[in-house]
Amino acid sequence: MAVHKVLGIETEFGILHRNDGESNPVAASSMIINAYVNGFLERRVGWDFEDEHPGVDARGFNEFDALAPEIETHLVNAVLTNGARYYVDHAHPELSTPECTDALQCTTYDRAAEEILIRSMEKANELLPEGEELVIHKNNSDGKGNSYGCHENYLVDRAVPFGRIVQQVMPFFISRQVFCGAGKIGSEAPGLTHADVPFQITQRADFFEEEVGLETTLKRPIVNTRDEPHADSKKYRRLHVIVGDANMSELQTYLKLGTTAIVLAMIDDDMAPDDCVFETPVQTLRQVSYDIDLAMVHRLANGQKVSALDVQWAYYAAAEKWADRHGFEVVGGETIGKDLMSRWNEVLVALESDPDSLTDSIDWIAKRRLYEGYRSRHDLDWSDPKLAALDLQYHDLRPDKGLARRIGLKRISIDSEVEAAVDSPPPSTRAYFRGRCLERYPDEIVAANWDSMVFDVGSDPLRRVPMLEPLRGTAAHVANLLDECDNAAELLRRLGT
Amino acid sequence: MAEQEQRRQSAPRTDEVEVEDEARGDSGKELKADLDDLLDEIDDVLETNAEEFVKNYVQKGGE
Repeated sequence: MAVHKVLGIETEFGILHRNDGESNPVAASSMIINAYVNGFLERRVGWDFEDEHPGVDARGFNEFDALAPEIETHLVNAVLTNGARYYVDHAHPELSTPECTDALQCTTYDRAAEEILIRSMEKANELLPEGEELVIHKNNSDGKGNSYGCHENYLVDRAVPFGRIVQQVMPFFISRQVFCGAGKIGSEAPGLTHADVPFQITQRADFFEEEVGLETTLKRPIVNTRDEPHADSKKYRRLHVIVGDANMSELQTYLKLGTTAIVLAMIDDDMAPDDCVFETPVQTLRQVSYDIDLAMVHRLANGQKVSALDVQWAYYAAAEKWADRHGFEVVGGETIGKDLMSRWNEVLVALESDPDSLTDSIDWIAKRRLYEGYRSRHDLDWSDPKLAALDLQYHDLRPDKGLARRIGLKRISIDSEVEAAVDSPPPSTRAYFRGRCLERYPDEIVAANWDSMVFDVGSDPLRRVPMLEPLRGTAAHVANLLDECDNAAELLRRLGT
Repeated sequence: MAEQEQRRQSAPRTDEVEVEDEARGDSGKELKADLDDLLDEIDDVLETNAEEFVKNYVQKGGE
């Protein structure tokens, strides 16, 4: 039986410091996060690096001949009362949502992340000299060959052979682009011009060069092998997915998270298709992204030729069978599961029969309509900087400038729930314990990370509380206890640590 | 991949296409009117110096 698909989403945001002369993106990112922490939080609690091992490889070795990701412990790093981590990663502000138990909850936290960035930006700009401005974009590329990520993570069963995950999830990742893409004008792959690729489905396909690997900053792989479970490593893996776009469309975020969770549950239960392996995955990833008419067929390793949609239908059919046998419990229950299946079906049908009907649901289709309209109105070539500006502005989080929020995209989340998610953790995972402790005992917490918290209750040595089970420490487990304990010392005593 | 043909049945059948197209024609006009309004709006909010904005938008790689 599959393990519950506890999931999260980690977004690095684009950042621009306008009229600053020599702008420094690390300093700008720090300003953004400090503005939020100092402006909205009672006290800053730092991140605990004790348990970070980004160099451990899921294929069973520790740092091979590749560059292991570096941990930048000196940069701004905060833990929020909603259970999220908000920090400077490389030269970007990054927000990792708290652990969630279903795609809808996680979509709400992704939208709350946007709210947090908007508030950070507004607060930071109050502090800047007249004429300067910090601008945040929820995108993945600067259009000049530099990319930054939107990663997903899913809890998977350690007992499942990693080779099976690689083989069965890769065709899904390649084909899911048709409904996951955020769209982009032109290509950033070497040697391609606007004449070759005027517009493509995803922001990120250009940047992937390997099928499987540990790296995230260069030679990016379709399946990333970083093996940091942030949980009991004997029971779990945490699949770190780097082959996705940050979406402005909530429906896309919801479908991306939900369908991927279903597929990974199918792989846990050994019910995923194993006959969809592409012959040349890296090349096919790009071909799918460049094929905006959804007309191409691609060769499988078994010689068959199929479209990206054919592969999606194969996974969809397998998911129906899987759900008949196992139900949707591990992806958040019947209501969410059935809703995901029906929306997945609707989107695949629409992509096949009338893609333009998805202008209110899918970023790349909304963009295409907008840019085609703008192009013909002003008689512009695809390489015109005005269109490049539109393509940035689609992702602009400034409420008065952002285009995505003007075009009437369908909502999945509810405003009141997003507002609550800015400050409060999801009740259904250990993020609840983390967030509520930060809210209740901010002065007694030294540091926190995904799977532990470190308390300083005065005379004793520092006390670490491990949280190795993502589904322990929920509201059901600890809400009363936290309400009853007025200080951390009492909490630790009652926990028996 | 055997199931894909079966799933395809949820796409509109050919005998419905005529009706569908007619309906789509109407909504197409509505959509077009909306698009014109939207493009008017975009002309108003687009960065005044688009070329400069795009030129200055340089990010460091991340992840």
